[in-house]
Amino acid sequence: MIMDYLGSLDPTALIRALPGNVAQGLIWGIMAVGVYITFRILDFPDLTVDGSLATGGAVAVMLIQGGMDPALSLLFAFLAGLAAGAVTGFLHTGAGIPGILASILTQISLYSVNLRIMGKSNQSIGIGQTGLVASLRYVTADDRAVFFIKLIAGCLLLVALVYWVFGTEIGSAIRATGCNPKMARAQGINTDFTKVIALMFSNGLVGLCGGIYAQYQGSADVNAGRGAIVIGLAAVIISEVIFGKLCSGKRFSFAYTLSAVFVGAILYYIAYTLVLWLQMPSDYMKLFSAIVVACFLAIPYLKEKYTVKRRMAR
Amino acid sequence: MGYMLEIQNVYKTFNIGTINEKTALDGVDLKLNERDFVTIIGGNGAGKSTTLNAIAGVWPVDKGKIIVNGTDITRLPEHKRADHLGRVFQDPMIGTAATMSIEENMAIAARRGQRRGFRWGITKKERERYKERLKMLELGLEDRLQSKVGLLSGGQRQAITLLMAALKKPKLLLLDEHTAALDPKTAAKVLEISDRIIEENGLTALMVTHNMKDAIAHGNRLIMMHEGRIIYDVSGEEKQALCVADLLAKFEEASGGGFANDRMLLTT
Repeated sequence: MIMDYLGSLDPTALIRALPGNVAQGLIWGIMAVGVYITFRILDFPDLTVDGSLATGGAVAVMLIQGGMDPALSLLFAFLAGLAAGAVTGFLHTGAGIPGILASILTQISLYSVNLRIMGKSNQSIGIGQTGLVASLRYVTADDRAVFFIKLIAGCLLLVALVYWVFGTEIGSAIRATGCNPKMARAQGINTDFTKVIALMFSNGLVGLCGGIYAQYQGSADVNAGRGAIVIGLAAVIISEVIFGKLCSGKRFSFAYTLSAVFVGAILYYIAYTLVLWLQMPSDYMKLFSAIVVACFLAIPYLKEKYTVKRRMAR
Repeated sequence: MGYMLEIQNVYKTFNIGTINEKTALDGVDLKLNERDFVTIIGGNGAGKSTTLNAIAGVWPVDKGKIIVNGTDITRLPEHKRADHLGRVFQDPMIGTAATMSIEENMAIAARRGQRRGFRWGITKKERERYKERLKMLELGLEDRLQSKVGLLSGGQRQAITLLMAALKKPKLLLLDEHTAALDPKTAAKVLEISDRIIEENGLTALMVTHNMKDAIAHGNRLIMMHEGRIIYDVSGEEKQALCVADLLAKFEEASGGGFANDRMLLTT
């Protein structure tokens, strides 16, 4: 039995899957950076992501179908994400709805919005479409090195942009809002405004990711974002557990932290492929993702509890 | 004009219509001249901190007016009032952002009342200035500009919050029992720093305290609150001549003798 099982596993399949994992990890890493902004910097559990990811994809695919240049369509995917973030921000700050609930309301309503944008639950990009920013085809093409260099350069550019934004006055104000809203208000920061701005920026990135991912897959799906928040969190948390110490206390440490989020996303997809490779049923993948996130979230807490217990025992 | 702060007939009741209904401010009137340094004392629930929160705009008042240097701020939101105010809180964790460095915290405070845009959050020139200011504290913080504030002690954080409150000269400095959470030695040091900052910058200040000795020793004027009202207001030489026994007698008088059990007694 076991020998049969082991014999059926093909190690080369793992290696062959690697380029795809890297590409997917880098693309989803953009969303993970968005999640980092809300979850870590703003301290706001934003579930809008599951909706705005699909919105970005829907907008990009419909515009490409209508003849727009795929690269330009990403600008509109970004703007659609901004708008989604603004809705959550308004529901929270303007209507006084608790953050997590506000984001769920936006997420649910985006499902209908996304169906309306696409007219049905799935829309694809024509096979012969040229000028795509990312595509599964590029991963296996002869000049795939060029694609990967471009993708990595794009991600680094994004890291630089986010680094810059959070180094500016308004970025500092957002960080202060997330860390200590009372202090922020006492220093004249309009915390409602900074929250909305951060939610918009975050979801803009998520929309951008949705647009790129739809091009990569060749289609947009109304369910594309289901569980996206969990993948984003997984990437953030894996990066923190593995690279947290390495990134802190240096100059530009924030840039390292952001880059590590991309690596975290890649590692997530490698782990994902590994689980599939072990011939686990793919139905369990969401469960697997949730368990990974739950474990990594629990580690710091349990570690603390354990060390306190030991200190007390002494 | 002329007054730096004018509180006119301010009322505030919490939890209206519930079993916990409590009138916290019951017609407070107070006028402060420029460079007045007023200490506020009173028992628990007398309305001392509530008065400061009313000025800062933590919540809107039910009735009355609050005017700072001629500007009516009664209806302004908290962050807008911050243009005029410097604040230090009882809890040393509240005044600073723990995950940000000392210089980043100061840079945020230096931009109080300004529009925050896409300029870089801190400049080289500012850094030098912050270093100078920190040196004045004599806590060795001038070499730790990049340290995260979360790594510092409560006393160090209060001292930085004080500096931050004065970086952009406020019309009014609000000190809300800002030494109550510190050990006696640190509390004395932070009070000394407070005096110095108020003196050097020529600030107008309100300081809430539980400690009668401190209330007498600091500032040029003292007010006592009881059940949401100001019951005693003394300044100048008369204030200098006060002793703790006088204040206790005043409390006795105001509270009908029931004051002896209050926490106030513990901190004479």
